[in-house]
Parts: sequence; C-alpha cells; structure tokens
Amino acid sequence: MPRLLFILPLLLFGAIAAYFAVGLTKDPRLLPSALIDKPAPEFDLPPVHDGQEGFAKANLGGEVKLVNVFASWCVPCKVEHPVLMRFAETNDTPLYGINYKDKKTDAVAWLKQLGDPYKRIGQDLSGRVGIEWGVYGVPETYVVDREGRIRYRHVGPVLPDAMKEKILPLIEELKK
Amino acid sequence: MKAFVLGLTMIFLSSLSALAVNPDEVLDDPLLEKRARALSVNIRCLVCQNQSIDDSNADLARDLRVLVRERLVAGDSDTEVLDYLIARYGDFVMLKPPFKGSTYILWFGPLIVFILAAIGLAVYFRRRQTEYADAGDSTGRLSSDERERLTRLLDREDG
Repeated sequence: MPRLLFILPLLLFGAIAAYFAVGLTKDPRLLPSALIDKPAPEFDLPPVHDGQEGFAKANLGGEVKLVNVFASWCVPCKVEHPVLMRFAETNDTPLYGINYKDKKTDAVAWLKQLGDPYKRIGQDLSGRVGIEWGVYGVPETYVVDREGRIRYRHVGPVLPDAMKEKILPLIEELKK
Repeated sequence: MKAFVLGLTMIFLSSLSALAVNPDEVLDDPLLEKRARALSVNIRCLVCQNQSIDDSNADLARDLRVLVRERLVAGDSDTEVLDYLIARYGDFVMLKPPFKGSTYILWFGPLIVFILAAIGLAVYFRRRQTEYADAGDSTGRLSSDERERLTRLLDREDG
C-alpha cells in the first residue's frame, strides 16, 4: 500500500496533463451554442430581394432546415458560398439565410455575382436577430429540426469536410 | 516648458478615459448609465473573448452595450439583463463564471487540492512521529537498548 501511495502524485499529474493536452487541441474561439435543443428564437425579418417574402420563425419547423447567417462584407462567407450553392443544388433540405448587418444593395449584388442558394432570406440590418440566435461571428450555420428546435451550430465557414462529416449526416439522421 | 507639461498632462488625462463606450451610447439618466457600466464590465465580448464589452471596440460589443442600455431603460433589473444574455450566449458571456452545479469543481477545485495536500502532510508527519516513538521516547532521545548497542559499537572501535 505505501508503494502505491508513492506513485499517486505521478498518476495525478498524468491525469491533469492528459486533461490539459486534450484541451489544447480544441479551438477556444468555437463556443457551444446556448440554444442547442431549444426552439429557434422569435424573429420576423423583411426580405432582401424586393417583392419576395421575408424570413420568420413561422417558416421553421415542419421539416429539417438549414439556416445560414451571412453578409456580403464577410470574407469567410465567400469561402463557404460554393459549398452552400452545391448543397442547394444536390440536397432537397431548404436553406434559409439571415443577412447579417448588411446593406440591401450590397447583399443583392453579392448574391447576383455568386449565386443565390437561399430559399428565403431575412434582412437583419441591426443585428438584433443575430443576437437572438446567439451569433457572435459570421458566418454561422444552424441545423433546425422538424419541431423547429436548433440541433447544431457551425461557427465559421462551412467547408466541404464540415458539410460532409457533420451537417449532412445530422440532416439524414433528423429526417429519419 | 509650461506648454510641454500641459500637453503631457492632457495626454495622460486622455489615456485615462480611453474606453470603448462611445458618447452616443451613454444614457441621459446617470443612475441607469452607472448600472449599465457596472453590468458591461462583467459581460464578455464574444469576439475578443478576454475583453469585456465595456472595453471592446468590436461591433458585437457595441450592439450588446446598446442592448444592455435599452433593456435597462425598459425597466429590466440587472439580473434580468444578464439572464437575457445568458439564454442566448450561454454562461460564457459572463467574464466571471457563475456559481452553480456544473461549475462547483471550478470554484472548489483549488480548495479540495489544498485540503488533500494538508491531509497528506499531516499523515506524513504523524507517521514520522510514531516512527520516533517506536524507536525511543518522543523527544528523540535514544532508548536504553539503543544506548547499550551504541556503547558496544563504540567500545569495539576503541579496542
């Protein structure tokens, strides 16, 4: 027994070191969403394209949906844009957009140039709806289930890997 | 010289008030503004993470400062404002982690480590003391057996 007690500090150090080593591999800038498994917040946004409909909470639910927060001034948004375009072409899951703190004319020009993958886009000029969703950096992408609950949040551009490994499998699972 | 000192003083004074809060955000009611400032100091800017929204120039920090003030003007209590933000951004939005079930280990961890170390130390000294007591009396003097052995050893060396 005294022998075992001898190596206890070493074991303790090993456990703490392993804990910190795992912590170092994580990106501290990626925060978990406080809204996971909670219903999407109340919001009702006007459209970006004149004459089209806006985007509101009432549009969520019924089926699994993807919500993407983007802006024309946001460089990583441009990076993820082709991935979203491909998603809209190949997947029948509706993709909705929240245009975050962006000028209408800028957003329309941006979408005209790069293509518009969104079924509906709401314009959040003040960024208030962004705060309701807990957005702290664009782009952010949310998976919303049939009941209108937020099931997943992706912070930063959705790169092909994240789409293939995280978002698409989750959508498939939620559709079952 | 006088102008130099004056200039220096002005530089110092201006750096003292170098905070991110813009004049257009400040509320007319000094009491509400004071509460807003006190709250802002403890709310984390989620873009720059180790700054409070009171210090940060980030766009989101500004939005949150304005939001805090709006809610205070609307009659929210301090805790209502914080709860509103926590519901959307999680506990991380507070610079100081809240005191609750999932954070007990954070608050009590150091105390537990200290207590364990104190117990370990106490056991260690206790054991040393009993070893002494076994060997002779507690003052550390040699027992009669030991004294006898020692004289025998010394005698042998002399002889």
